[in-house]
Amino acid sequence: MSDLFHVSAAPHNRSPITTKSIMQDVLLALIPAGIFGVYNFGINALTVIVVSIAACVLTEYLYCRFMKKSATIGDYSAVVTGLLLAYNLPSNFPIWMTIVGSVFAIVIVKMLFGGLGQNFMNPALAARVFLLISFPVRMTSFAVEKLTTPNTADYIKHGFVALDGVSGATPLAALKAGESVDLWKMLIGNTGGTIGETSAIAILIGAAYLLFRKVISLRIPLTYIISLAVFVLIFGGKGFDMTFVLGHILGGGLLLGAFFMATDYVTSPITRVGQIVFGISLGLLTGLFRLQGGSAEGVSYAIIFCNLLVPLIEKVTRQTSFGKERAVREK
Amino acid sequence: MKMNKYVERIYNGIIKENPTFIIMLGMCPTLAVTTSGNNGLYMGLTTTVVLAMSNLLISALRKFIPDKVRIPAYIVVVASLVTVVQLLLAAYLPVVNELLGIYIPLIVVNCIILGRAEAYAAKNSIGLSLFDGIGMGLGFTLALSIIGSFRELLGAGTIFSFKITPDSFEPISIFILAPGALFTLAILTALQNKLKLPSATNGSAGNNVGCGGDCSHCMGSTCTTNREEISSKAETSKVTIAKKSEAGDTQNQK
Repeated sequence: MSDLFHVSAAPHNRSPITTKSIMQDVLLALIPAGIFGVYNFGINALTVIVVSIAACVLTEYLYCRFMKKSATIGDYSAVVTGLLLAYNLPSNFPIWMTIVGSVFAIVIVKMLFGGLGQNFMNPALAARVFLLISFPVRMTSFAVEKLTTPNTADYIKHGFVALDGVSGATPLAALKAGESVDLWKMLIGNTGGTIGETSAIAILIGAAYLLFRKVISLRIPLTYIISLAVFVLIFGGKGFDMTFVLGHILGGGLLLGAFFMATDYVTSPITRVGQIVFGISLGLLTGLFRLQGGSAEGVSYAIIFCNLLVPLIEKVTRQTSFGKERAVREK
Repeated sequence: MKMNKYVERIYNGIIKENPTFIIMLGMCPTLAVTTSGNNGLYMGLTTTVVLAMSNLLISALRKFIPDKVRIPAYIVVVASLVTVVQLLLAAYLPVVNELLGIYIPLIVVNCIILGRAEAYAAKNSIGLSLFDGIGMGLGFTLALSIIGSFRELLGAGTIFSFKITPDSFEPISIFILAPGALFTLAILTALQNKLKLPSATNGSAGNNVGCGGDCSHCMGSTCTTNREEISSKAETSKVTIAKKSEAGDTQNQK
């Protein structure tokens, strides 16, 4: 019998895109930001990244073992969660706290709700917020960026060891305090902040790769960034000061959040209109938190808050299927 | 023999039908007050006093209270007792009064008190009701102290204000904030369900639960007759669903 007569149930044609391949693309896209983070903050950053990924993968493996479920670590999603969590931590963050955050992300936010696809919030961001509330001082004291002219002694002293007194203000904190910021430095990433968020260029390289591979679309990131810019322009109180607006766009976790975390398939709307609504509400909330909130940063709170709105957004923006519209009107 | 009956009420309240862990009543104070072991203990003891006295009084008045206005009557009794207790605390234990704050007046609407009045004191003798109140109160105290100590240990590194953890441990302060209460209780309940321990959330809390238990199948009933309503509603809903689908079919055909 020839292959043409082969009988089987649908589907007959499978897409080559799998969860695994998407996660691998995301990992590849995240590498530039990681390399720059390690370059910027020294070996401590690498330790945090490695510990975070290892803890996430191990936790998921042990959870599946303990709950007698088939192991799900093969889809690389735990690796992505671990990497994103590490990018959201300061480079001098204690190791055991990193592990606590990873366990929280995997067990509480992801696995207890049913694993990948069932989590109602981005696990990495939920863990970041958990750590931010638990250890507010540790989470907001950033090691100063590497000294510009490092001689070996200085480098060992400042690059490897967390300094207590010199915690550099992040560009956003400077903006909040009304100081001016160096946009060029922020573009390159030679500023204080969490491991993965400082370099706008490194993040944009990764984002371009994801866009090229069509893993993400521009709908959420673009509406997010534009609505934030508009919000800051109107309510920032600085008039038409482009440095201020650009500072808000390049500073903090906005780019990392907009391209890598707001676009998470599980926790963003699937409808096109819904994605635009999602992006705009993200921008408005982030602007509100940044300008009016107690702390300088608001991206993580805005994203996990909007994650909770996703079911509502989808319900409102769902397209009526052909032929259904009329029946509704008759009622 | 008679003594055994009273001891049994106390055992029942503390272990068999522990109001927090098994019947899951009074979740508001459980979530809100247990930021430390001390707070849990004080809240539990205050509630115990009110619960014992209200059970006693309501049981004594059970023949006089008309059935139709029994809930308002219970609330009047409980509210008077809470006012007395609050004034006593303010006079003799001002520290406790300040620690618990708004949660003392809120004891009036504590589900355990109304639940025990409705489910037990309104049907049983004065002595038994008193001991039921004491048992339930002690069970509540025990549960609140345990949850409070756990949260205090993780969130502040102390138990009953004694430092336990080494200096290198930085307290995970989310555990003494509101989310910590929800995490603690949710994980506890999840473990109870996973290990199939008795709990109101999996319908194995016994017949004496005021609402009938089984939160996962609760139909939003008036609680007292939940058990019967669950089964009857399940029947009727099947019928109505069948009717609706029939109606839908006919509409579509039109």
